[in-house]
Amino acid sequence: MSAMKHSLLTLDARTKKRNAAEKRFKACGLSAIVVAMLALVVLLVSVFGSGASAFRQTYIAIEVPFPEAKLDQSGVRDPDVMSQVTTLGYEPLLVDGLLAAIDAAGIATEMSDKDIGALISKEAPATVRNFVLANPDVIGSSATFDLLASGRIDGFFKGRVTMESAALDGNTSPEALQLAQDLRDAGIIQTRFNWNFLIAPDASDQRPEAAGLGVAILGSLYMMIVVLVLALPIGVAASIYLEEFAPKTWWTDVIEVNISNLAAVPSIVYGILGLAIFINFMEFNQSSPLVGGLVLTLMTLPTIIISTRASLKSVPPSIRDAALGVGASKMQSVLHHALPLAAPGILTGTIIGLAQALGETAPLLLIGMVAFVREYPAAYTPDAGLFGEASTALPVQVFNWTQRADPGFVERASGAIITLLVFLLIMNTIAIVLRRKFERRW
Amino acid sequence: MSTEDTIKISAKNVQVHYDDTHAIKDVNVEIADKAVTAFIGPSGCGKSTFLRCINRMNDTIDICRVTGEILIDGEDIYDKRVDPVQLRAKVGMVFQKPNPFPKSIYDNVAYGPRIHGLANSKSELDDIVENALRRSAIWDEVKDRLQAPGTGLSGGQQQRLCIARAVATEPQVLLMDEPCSSLDPIATVQVEELIDDLRKSYCVVIVTHSMHQAARVSQKTAFFHLGNLVEFGDTDKIFTNPEDPRTESYISGRIG
Ligand SMILES: Nc1ncnc2c1ncn2[C@@H]1O[C@H](COP(=O)(O)OP(=O)(O)OP(=O)(O)O)[C@@H](O)[C@H]1O
Ligand SMILES: [Mg+2]
Repeated sequence: MSAMKHSLLTLDARTKKRNAAEKRFKACGLSAIVVAMLALVVLLVSVFGSGASAFRQTYIAIEVPFPEAKLDQSGVRDPDVMSQVTTLGYEPLLVDGLLAAIDAAGIATEMSDKDIGALISKEAPATVRNFVLANPDVIGSSATFDLLASGRIDGFFKGRVTMESAALDGNTSPEALQLAQDLRDAGIIQTRFNWNFLIAPDASDQRPEAAGLGVAILGSLYMMIVVLVLALPIGVAASIYLEEFAPKTWWTDVIEVNISNLAAVPSIVYGILGLAIFINFMEFNQSSPLVGGLVLTLMTLPTIIISTRASLKSVPPSIRDAALGVGASKMQSVLHHALPLAAPGILTGTIIGLAQALGETAPLLLIGMVAFVREYPAAYTPDAGLFGEASTALPVQVFNWTQRADPGFVERASGAIITLLVFLLIMNTIAIVLRRKFERRW
Repeated sequence: MSTEDTIKISAKNVQVHYDDTHAIKDVNVEIADKAVTAFIGPSGCGKSTFLRCINRMNDTIDICRVTGEILIDGEDIYDKRVDPVQLRAKVGMVFQKPNPFPKSIYDNVAYGPRIHGLANSKSELDDIVENALRRSAIWDEVKDRLQAPGTGLSGGQQQRLCIARAVATEPQVLLMDEPCSSLDPIATVQVEELIDDLRKSYCVVIVTHSMHQAARVSQKTAFFHLGNLVEFGDTDKIFTNPEDPRTESYISGRIG
């Protein structure tokens, strides 16, 4: 066999076999990627399909009258006195405004005033009331408002509610939808981009149209700040010590193994830890972003430590020798040479850790961040302390909304997921850009 | 060489262990100031190990244990009171593989003077850098691109840059571990000329695998074999008339 001469122009059996194996391997890899991409596409399509509409909202533009007799019988225009009129007192005014608008547009309808009023969101009277209390002088005149349409009407224009479903729905009717359609044709009802979804706080179960992510975004932001400020320096300092200074003993091995294990601990365990330590023992406020941030810091630390150590390890030892050789101290060789070279890796690890923390839900549920938060938390008060007031977080808000009965919240939850994904995308982009920037230096 | 040479480094009963490996066995040697001393010997005989003892770079290796005494100017550098960082400012080192910092050429050379506070002003630092680069025979090649990265130079240029970096801190002793192993013949000649020049101001110790190089640049030669210092003496004598049969067979190429 060995004596036989082989032409290079024909493939021998071994080569053929090897080539076939190579082809199969490539095909496996390719199909793995295709499967992964498909899963991603399906996920994105379904999320965007049901969530994109959360960023659009239906508004009714009407002129609301402010009769003195109803709103300020005392006539002194004192907001304290005027606040005795509750939102219930404002509701009829909105209905009046809407009826006037219907009349002016020449639309005929046989619906009762009460049913017509149901076109307007239950949130709207509060909006108007706040406006009047802030501007008492408008009493006696009127003002034009873009008021939120109710969830069903909003859903109708987004295709979620149809004539058929309305016929079976106690909260709306085909006539109401027809009226809404006519109002839209008359330009009184409009659907447009919804900034409120990103700024407004949460709303109650009956008002999906008013619910927004403002508090959740702020809460998540607070927590990310806490995590960044605590986890990055602690993590980097710990890794530098472990990697560069600690003697390699039995103890450092134990610590190393434990840190790797910590990274694999289910996040809910950190929640239990946070509950026990920060809330029960240290008595921080429940549901506060500070506690949330502390718990997420514990969770993120191992990730940062592992990635920092890995990137410190990958700095060539010859660089350290060079620094020590010219008489740099250990610390100088680390700070001047090893750390800058490891920086891209550290940054990437940190941002990945932050992104993980941003999407974490389970531990936050345990420390009570699932609370329904109707108001923006006060940033600093002596009672609540810094970051101390009840807040919520993006993923928890998603969880929260998916628990609610009104179908309007499905759209909101998907919209929140989109927002979360956008934030993650931004963070990962920052990670890549920073890494490029630092790496390109040499 | 004459006996009135001042002794810069003297090693007494130096033993080095890496865990169980006995890498240096009871070495006694006296190294003269203002001269080039060459360490030769087959691979793995402990030349680098012994060299690294002189600036205590072995401290960075956890498993390495050094016993015995090494005196520089009569002071034991392994004394508890000696700070190795201070020692290394006095005993510079050039490594076998060129290892410039991933910084600009200027910063590479300026790093040592900066951390030791050798320059009081920018212009003083500029002078130190220029001087070091000139002495390392690389100034003309890099003077127009001092801000370019040091890692972008050729291997030979990088090695000379590393020599400039070591020279810039004004050490008294310069240790060189096979400084020409990655250089072409022309760069080698340049570095050898440089070493000969450095001898005027420093005590230079060089590890080399090239007999010719040892013969060309050094005044004293030490031959190591299996961790033992087999023979130490004037270079001329070692190469022409070695006392130990092992030295003779190594030089003539029979062991190695
Ligand atoms: N970091 C280390 N850990 C363990 N053993 C080491 C270490 N460095 C060197 N040794 C051992 O010490 C002995 C001497 O090594 P050394 O590097 O000093 O040899 P050398 O003479 O410089 O060889 P070469 O000419 O190949 O560079 C060798 O047996 C080597 O295996
Ligand atoms: Mg060596």
